[in-house]
Amino acid sequence: MSLLIDLPIPDEYRHGVVANFTRIKAIAQLVHSFPVPEEIEAAPSFQP
Amino acid sequence: MNDALSLAASVRAGKVSALDVTTEALAKITNLDHQFHCFTAVLAQKALADAAQVDQEIAQGNDPGLFAGVPFAVKNLFDIAGVTTLAGAKINAENPPAAQDATVITKLKRSGAVLIGALNTDEYAYGFVTDNSHYGTTRNPHDLERIAGGSSGGSAAAVGAGLVPLTLGSDTNGSIRVPAALCGVYGLKPTYGRLSRAGVAPFASSFDHVGALGCSVRDMAATFDVLQGEDNRDPICTNRPPEFCLPQIQQGTSGIRIAIADDYFTQGATPEALAVVQEVAKALNVDEYVTIPEANRARAAAFVITASEGANLHLEKLRSRPQDFDPATRDRFLAGALIPTSWYLQAQRFRRWYRDRVREVFQNVDVILAPTTPISAPLIGQQSMILGEQQVMVRHYLGLFTQPLSFIGLPVLSVPIRLPNSLPLGVQLVAAPYNEALIFRVAVVLADKGVVSIITPG
Repeated sequence: MSLLIDLPIPDEYRHGVVANFTRIKAIAQLVHSFPVPEEIEAAPSFQP
Repeated sequence: MNDALSLAASVRAGKVSALDVTTEALAKITNLDHQFHCFTAVLAQKALADAAQVDQEIAQGNDPGLFAGVPFAVKNLFDIAGVTTLAGAKINAENPPAAQDATVITKLKRSGAVLIGALNTDEYAYGFVTDNSHYGTTRNPHDLERIAGGSSGGSAAAVGAGLVPLTLGSDTNGSIRVPAALCGVYGLKPTYGRLSRAGVAPFASSFDHVGALGCSVRDMAATFDVLQGEDNRDPICTNRPPEFCLPQIQQGTSGIRIAIADDYFTQGATPEALAVVQEVAKALNVDEYVTIPEANRARAAAFVITASEGANLHLEKLRSRPQDFDPATRDRFLAGALIPTSWYLQAQRFRRWYRDRVREVFQNVDVILAPTTPISAPLIGQQSMILGEQQVMVRHYLGLFTQPLSFIGLPVLSVPIRLPNSLPLGVQLVAAPYNEALIFRVAVVLADKGVVSIITPG
């Protein structure tokens, strides 16, 4: 992912970034393990 | 300390001059702020000139406004004309000075208030501690070894320490309510979009709110009233007409259905944090409970969206100069930049689902009581804490009870309360969107009964 978005992760930060991403991944699991009905759209505020 | 409205009344009545009030506030900052480290900029010259202008208005028989001569300060996320908006970041110190004041600053000034400075925050408002590697750590006025909370830590500590009676802050996941609770002051986070965010550095736009911290319920209601109104500089700002709350706050709680949040909001907190909720409930004769469903998932979704939006905002700087970020935020931002789209979108869709469920909850209740933080102020530098039987990280868990509420933009007032011989805590009074007036009515009853009040150190 970091290659795709051209965001180098310097070696000295890698450990911290991995730790943070692991935490986010575990938290995100709570969200996508929940079955949101298909008809539920996000609620954007954009008004053309 | 006198609240802002009584101070303004004295100024308007000519009992004290705005210039004297401002001079005294500036002297307090000079003499005391080295202990607390709230201020990152003090605008002495401009403040004295503005105060003199207020006095001149009064001398000419004009009414300078509700907050005549009241000194106030703002989190350094807010644009102040002629001052560089730091947003707690070293990187932003290189920016040119802001061209104009944030809308909410303009409105407060128009009501006679005198801006005297900018206040410390976590970098880019990403944190609950105000322990900033570039600009220092703001200390809790009740115990200098403890954090003020954050990210509006400077805003809370400045009121708690008695340096100013009123400050502005921002709240994305709890950043007004958490420090307000830990410093023993009132903290208002209104409905999402109800107050203009124009001229306030964004963090995670889906949840960014501005609000106020202060020393009385009526100050909070009056500030809210002054700040309301449409603003085409903020695309999220509502075009609903303002609903003035100050005239309503003495209407009592008759007809207001109040309940205590159970389930998620009674778990993972210290006994003290739960006890203060019971104190408030007892004073209101409330023994009903209500369940906000899936609050844990709401917090998780807020976490994902915040990390993703925050990282996106700073992506270019994360690429080009990660070494200039605060180590406390850098790795979180870098990790947030790698979040897959489907996680973000799922979290946004969940937000819609959860909003609909909470709307249903508010069919049967008007105001919900919940703890603000799970614990009183941790020590500066403390990495983890024990909640329930779990060891958790301070930086993430102080927002345990605030995040699921700001996630869907509910209006909340954190009221200050403490148990004997203890550090301050807060209780959140939560209402359905746009029902700030109900919250203030309940809070005034609690204040009149002496159950909640600003907690002065010592």
